[in-house]
Amino acid sequence: MSHEEAGASSPHAKIVRMANQIGAFFRSKPHDEGVAGVAEHINKFWEPRMRRQLFEVVDSGGTGLAPLVLEASSVIRRPTAEQERTPPA
Amino acid sequence: MGLIKEIDYGTPQAKSEKQVTLTIDGFAVTVPEGTSVMRAAMEAGIKVPKLCATDMVDAFGSCRLCLIEIEGRNGTPSSCTTPVAEGLVVRTQTERLKTLRKGVMELYISDHPLDCLTCAANGDCELQDMAGAVGLRDVRYGYEGDNHVSAKSRDGGNDNFRWMPKDESNPYFTYDPSKCIVCSRCVRACEEVQGTFALTIEGRGFDSRVSPGMHEDFLSSDCVSCGACVQACPTATLTEKSVIEIGQPEHSVVTTCAYCGVGCSFKAEMRGDELVRMVPWKDGKANRGHSCVKGRFAWGYATHQDRILNPMIREKISDPWREVTWDEAFAHVASEFKRIQSQYGRGSVGGITSSRCTNEETYLVQKLVRQGFGNNNVDTCARVCHSPTGYGLGQTFGTSAGTQDFDSVEHTDVAIVIGANPAAGHPVFASRLKKRLRQGAKLIVIDPRRTETVRAPHVEAAYHLALQPGTNVAVITSLAHVIVTEGLFDEAFIREKCDWSEFEDYAQFVADPSHSPEATEAYTGVPADALRGAARLYARGVNGSIYYGLGVTEHSQGSTTVMAIANLAMLTGNIGRPGVGVNPLRGQNNVQGSCDMGSFPHELPGYRHISGDAARETFEMLWGVKLDHEPGLRIPNMLDAAVQGSFKGIYIQGEDILQSDPDTKHVSAGLAAMECVVVQDLFLNETANYAHVFLPGSTFLEKDGTFTNAERRINRVRKVMAPRNGYADWEVTQGIAQAMEIDWNYTHPSQIMDEIAATTPSFARVSYALLEELGSVQWPCNEQAPNGTPVMHVDGFVRGKGKFIRTEYIPTDEKTGPRFPLLLTTGRILSQYNVGAQTRRTENVVWHAEDVLEIHPHDAEQRGIREGDWVRLASRAGETALRATITDRVAPGVVYTTFHHPETQANVITTDYSDWATNCPEYKVTAVQVSPSNGPSDWQVEYDALSRRSRRIVPRDAAE
Repeated sequence: MSHEEAGASSPHAKIVRMANQIGAFFRSKPHDEGVAGVAEHINKFWEPRMRRQLFEVVDSGGTGLAPLVLEASSVIRRPTAEQERTPPA
Repeated sequence: MGLIKEIDYGTPQAKSEKQVTLTIDGFAVTVPEGTSVMRAAMEAGIKVPKLCATDMVDAFGSCRLCLIEIEGRNGTPSSCTTPVAEGLVVRTQTERLKTLRKGVMELYISDHPLDCLTCAANGDCELQDMAGAVGLRDVRYGYEGDNHVSAKSRDGGNDNFRWMPKDESNPYFTYDPSKCIVCSRCVRACEEVQGTFALTIEGRGFDSRVSPGMHEDFLSSDCVSCGACVQACPTATLTEKSVIEIGQPEHSVVTTCAYCGVGCSFKAEMRGDELVRMVPWKDGKANRGHSCVKGRFAWGYATHQDRILNPMIREKISDPWREVTWDEAFAHVASEFKRIQSQYGRGSVGGITSSRCTNEETYLVQKLVRQGFGNNNVDTCARVCHSPTGYGLGQTFGTSAGTQDFDSVEHTDVAIVIGANPAAGHPVFASRLKKRLRQGAKLIVIDPRRTETVRAPHVEAAYHLALQPGTNVAVITSLAHVIVTEGLFDEAFIREKCDWSEFEDYAQFVADPSHSPEATEAYTGVPADALRGAARLYARGVNGSIYYGLGVTEHSQGSTTVMAIANLAMLTGNIGRPGVGVNPLRGQNNVQGSCDMGSFPHELPGYRHISGDAARETFEMLWGVKLDHEPGLRIPNMLDAAVQGSFKGIYIQGEDILQSDPDTKHVSAGLAAMECVVVQDLFLNETANYAHVFLPGSTFLEKDGTFTNAERRINRVRKVMAPRNGYADWEVTQGIAQAMEIDWNYTHPSQIMDEIAATTPSFARVSYALLEELGSVQWPCNEQAPNGTPVMHVDGFVRGKGKFIRTEYIPTDEKTGPRFPLLLTTGRILSQYNVGAQTRRTENVVWHAEDVLEIHPHDAEQRGIREGDWVRLASRAGETALRATITDRVAPGVVYTTFHHPETQANVITTDYSDWATNCPEYKVTAVQVSPSNGPSDWQVEYDALSRRSRRIVPRDAAE
């Protein structure tokens, strides 16, 4: 089963919600620090699958994402497909 | 191996630094000023006869057995109440003293049964010892006179009105008034040690009797069954039922309790491999000789008939379980995980470490995931409790743990307790806190509910800020507002230890009028004047400490609240010495340890981020594999991924996520979507309903290892009996690893600790040999701190400068409305522990047989709900039914329940909202509706049927 089949609207809604929560915390920071903070947090704590779902939203126009998150997305690490699919060494 | 006999010095240790020298029976003794003559004598090896004195309580001077003579002083004072003085010349054994003591003992024995041979205290009776010590040979008064001993008068058979029957109401101990010598040690232990004041002496003179409450039985009194009275009793008056049943223990082993994060040390007193009783160990640095009902008494689950002792497998979760050999089980798990990974990818499996297991065991589970599965999909129950503590304190201070030891509370002047109810959740710490409060320290409680901690005998919070659930950040930021705008902050501390420009930014932020108590009152519900009073009290107190629990962390802004708390402590300079600090009260016995051991998907042991090359290389060299540098999935993310189809297999050690995690239906959907769920536990827990492999676990009595408590204290767990299931939990994980052809060959947990020490800088000096030598040690324990670190951040913060962080209050999206007008918050109760898997299998159920819903009289009346009625509790996530109890402990608009019973499944109600930083679920705020009901909901009936179906077992013999 591929990930795409399961990726209906609800997982994306949850990802958007979680990203916006992070964005909301960093909103009270100076702007640049806030952008960097959101990106660093997501890079440090989000597994590639979650980041991929985030980029699916970003790439399709970023509907629902807070402006701070959208701005941070340029600094968030984009996961590669191999990372998820490689069998164990 | 014998019975560990701790020396009873008779009176507590004096803490003066001034030394005093006196002479006792011709020997010079030097002791701290304030020491009693009795204790000084004992230090010199001279045991003055005594009955009413014991070093767990203050001297009382009632038994008149410990009399002494002092040169130049009149009379024969009691040595327990006489303090030492420079040059005192004391005699403990003279003709006069011998005669007096014999006379006293004669009177005691004239009103005491002479059934020594069949008495439960035979072999452990101080009265018998003292009769021997004073050389009592005869009782001239006879036994016929007035007495409390026999039910009938000796002459004719009239009822003896002085006699009282045995009280057996408490499930764990008996009270036999006929054996009582009214020394009042039990009464004083209840007051001084436990702080409950449940016992008293009723009557006067010969009529004096020990009485629980107002002449009640123990069970219906205020007694919390901590057992301090039983431990204090010198006779068989208060005796453990287990001792009555089995007899006296013959050897004992010091170990650590497997319940809450206080981490009490106990002597497990044994007869052969049968546990007779657990007695708190005086040298235990967390508990100092005290315990609660769970640690001392609730260990019966270890031998409960529900324990599963053989591994089991089934193809589908609708099949009955099939017992298999361990080898079959290991091989099956290994081949399933390999199959799943080759089919669905490396990231399709993961593991959950157990906060109930040892450090060594959690270390191995994360090692199996990282080394064996080749990913970082490992998480632990701290995800759902204190993950925001790790994140918040890491950001502000630089370490993910509490700053103090528990002894610190003895030096505090103002304690703030936020979102915690230590009287129920961390009872031994609560007793220590209450002791300090009775000495005059002040208490501030921030909690939506009027908990037992707010008001107890001789203890009352100066301020109880009963906030609306979900408004922690607003309240704590408001406290900071008052401290900043009223100039109560500690400028010198901040300039020295923190980043001044960050402070200025923060001060500007909190000083905004929108954060004033007058402004926040509207939505927090906390009166502005009370909030200002609390802020001033904390800021002006000499030593201000903060203790907090899951009422802080389990919110969508949990991490922000932790940072707000850290800000508050830095603002007032309350960091880096005894009596102050930020102290998360950790929930489970080893939740601190499981976090330390690299159980989080983003960090390696010692809180080193997985993206750091240096930390990864340390393990890569040792383990001979390349580690994934990307963070793995957290528990809620694993479940999401499972529902979405990319996560297919999980190894869960000692954790019942189906019952403990929020939004039960989402959890069960996630588990049901997996192809191989492996559960390792003592019992077929709720999660096991969805498991394909069950690996029986072992109890803390059956293995060696270490637990790390809320003070960062690494305590030894010692094996006192063989694992009934055949393997300790670390051996089971090793079995899986070996079946996966990973080269693990540990033969003892100490080797695992050696590996931890070799790879983790904060554990560098920790070894079983060091623990043997020091008893316990608090990390960091390395070259800089060879004996560990009781108080952290003494010379500056671990991260360098303390970091002030802006804490904007953002209301949770979980809001009340017409459909769900009430807010549900959850918590725990003294007698039960976590999901109740252990405590429900003990006699503790007499105190709490089911979860009940607390509801305010106003809300109850509106809905036509009476005390004890079944009610339906519904949220947008689901609904359940339970009984209601009507109380004003909760405010109008707020309802409360516990989550100890699977029949209730409070988590069917809780939602998937979570902390912004860590995904720690928002258990503490759920919008609900409550309405009258006839009984269990359809869901509960169906779930009960499912549980029964999924617990069918086909024994191995039958299957063959």
